[in-house]
Amino acid sequence: MNPIARNAKDFWTGLIYISVGAGALIISRDYDMGTAVKMGPAYFPTILSILLVGIGIISVLRSFFKSGSPIGVIAWKGLVLIAVSTLLFGAIVRGAGVIIALPLLVILSASASAQFSWKTALIEAVGITAFCILIFLKGLGVPLPVLGSWFGN
Amino acid sequence: MELLTNLGLGLSTSMTPLNLLYCLAGVFLGTLIGVLPGLGPTATIAMLLPVTFTLPPVSALIMLAGIYYGSQYGGSTTSILVNVPGEAASVVTALDGYQMARQGRAGAALTTAAVGSFFAGTVATIILALFAPPLATIALKFGPAEFFSLMVLGLLASIVLARGSLLHAAGMVVLGLLLGLVGTDVNSGVQRFTFGLLRLADGIGFVVVAMGMFGLAEITRNLENEESRSTVVTKVASLMPTREDWKRMIGPILRGTCIGSALGILPGSGSILGSFAAYAIEKKISKNSKEFGKGAIEGVAAPESANNAGAQTSFIPMLTLGIPSNPVMALMIGAMIIQGIQPGPSVITEQPQLFWGIIVSMWIGNLFLVILNLPMIGMWVRLVSVPYQMLFPAILVFCSIGVFSLNNTEFDVYAMAFFGLVGYIFVKLDCEPAPMLLAYILGPMMEEYVRRALLLSRGDPTVFFTRPISAGLLALGALAVIAASLPALHKKREEAFRE
Repeated sequence: MNPIARNAKDFWTGLIYISVGAGALIISRDYDMGTAVKMGPAYFPTILSILLVGIGIISVLRSFFKSGSPIGVIAWKGLVLIAVSTLLFGAIVRGAGVIIALPLLVILSASASAQFSWKTALIEAVGITAFCILIFLKGLGVPLPVLGSWFGN
Repeated sequence: MELLTNLGLGLSTSMTPLNLLYCLAGVFLGTLIGVLPGLGPTATIAMLLPVTFTLPPVSALIMLAGIYYGSQYGGSTTSILVNVPGEAASVVTALDGYQMARQGRAGAALTTAAVGSFFAGTVATIILALFAPPLATIALKFGPAEFFSLMVLGLLASIVLARGSLLHAAGMVVLGLLLGLVGTDVNSGVQRFTFGLLRLADGIGFVVVAMGMFGLAEITRNLENEESRSTVVTKVASLMPTREDWKRMIGPILRGTCIGSALGILPGSGSILGSFAAYAIEKKISKNSKEFGKGAIEGVAAPESANNAGAQTSFIPMLTLGIPSNPVMALMIGAMIIQGIQPGPSVITEQPQLFWGIIVSMWIGNLFLVILNLPMIGMWVRLVSVPYQMLFPAILVFCSIGVFSLNNTEFDVYAMAFFGLVGYIFVKLDCEPAPMLLAYILGPMMEEYVRRALLLSRGDPTVFFTRPISAGLLALGALAVIAASLPALHKKREEAFRE
């Protein structure tokens, strides 16, 4: 039977381990291996990579023989919105300043919730932005601009 | 009497008005964040860590320890009031605590938790003060081979104690070790796995990884089944347990403290194992075992005491060996390194002030917890009732600003988002992040020790098996893994985690 359907967790975990391990193994070949007495920068990572690939292979093999539990629902909307809103915050915080970046972060991430409402999100955005400017920027001295470089600051 | 002199030194360090203030602030902030539904101690500490960077080392660690207990107590409050445990350790408290709350006895449950925690904390602090110095003396004799084997033991233990498949946990450990190697190799100066990115030359900040995998990934996971979250918060009427309650909680508190203290020292477990074990044992031996799961006060007293005792004693391997036993201790070690302290057995002799200051402040922190939390319960209840859709954007904001402020770079914010994604994928695949974070902290240290050990043995790898202490540690680790994978015990393990 199809291992992806029967034991998706083992299958995909194994695949991730194999690809990361193989990747690290290939990259490690650029470094000096050294000897056991004088280990080079490639020595330890090479051992670890082989170990990881091995674990991955066992996991994939196991998915063919043993059935596992299904992966279950994936919160795609939450996953994408949380990541995107965080990345966006990082990208614009210096340029636009917290006064724009923070409300965007709050509203965009809040929209991941099934209970999202514009009214609460807007109120929250204003509240949090004010709080952060007072506590983090003024109080703790985090070097983030209130109004960023795009506005000539 | 050396103990008294040492405790005196600790007392004089921690009783300065400033350090008392930091301790109080830590306990307060820890409870404040920890009480929010779905935030466990690891996420709380990761979020609050940047706040302590500007403080002097002693104050920073005192504050962090305070944050730890605070967040743990906050988590228990949430478990009892809304049945949303923040981390594995308080899952058990939710079983009977929430039932008590539904019967209108939330106040009694909260007081029991506070009293149990305080007693356990006091005992565990004494244990810590008694056992840490001799252990550190032994550890000073450890060579690189012993340290390497000790780390292997710790990692194997974390594999055994992780939820889900042993194989996946083992993979997470190796993955964590590899991840820890990203950056400049200290011996050769070669930049490894940096993909030419200058930002990665110093490695990936562990706070970044922790916030991504414990903070962001957790938010995403919580967004899966928002509707099923209970938002009904029970009213807290009287805080006073009845005379009958007091009588019933003494035994469980004593036993919980012993179990928690003992299990907390084990590498890889921290306080989680203790609270599970204490609950299971109480259920077996209690006269009122029929009431368990329906609001038995023993079911709150035992795991809460064990939980807090374990939290305290898990500092023992961290402070004496420099080896973290759980993700929280990994964060503590990270904080020490940032403060310029090399964790290990020499801390106790080289910086006795720091060492004893932390120990004494632990007890003071526990005292603050009791005097702070019971009167302020009204405020915590209001916090618990903040709906999640308003809570998580705020968490995200604090994580983002916190991570940015580590090195004042947006790169860390991107990296956190990345680890949030990775963390969620692993959660879905039943791969627990805790062993990975441990391995991540230990990775560079392990490489260093294996290098030194092999250099001393002229490249002979049998050195790990021929030195008695090293061999013993490895054997212990192997035994744990073999035991956990035996079919009979394997089943038990799965059952234990399902409870």
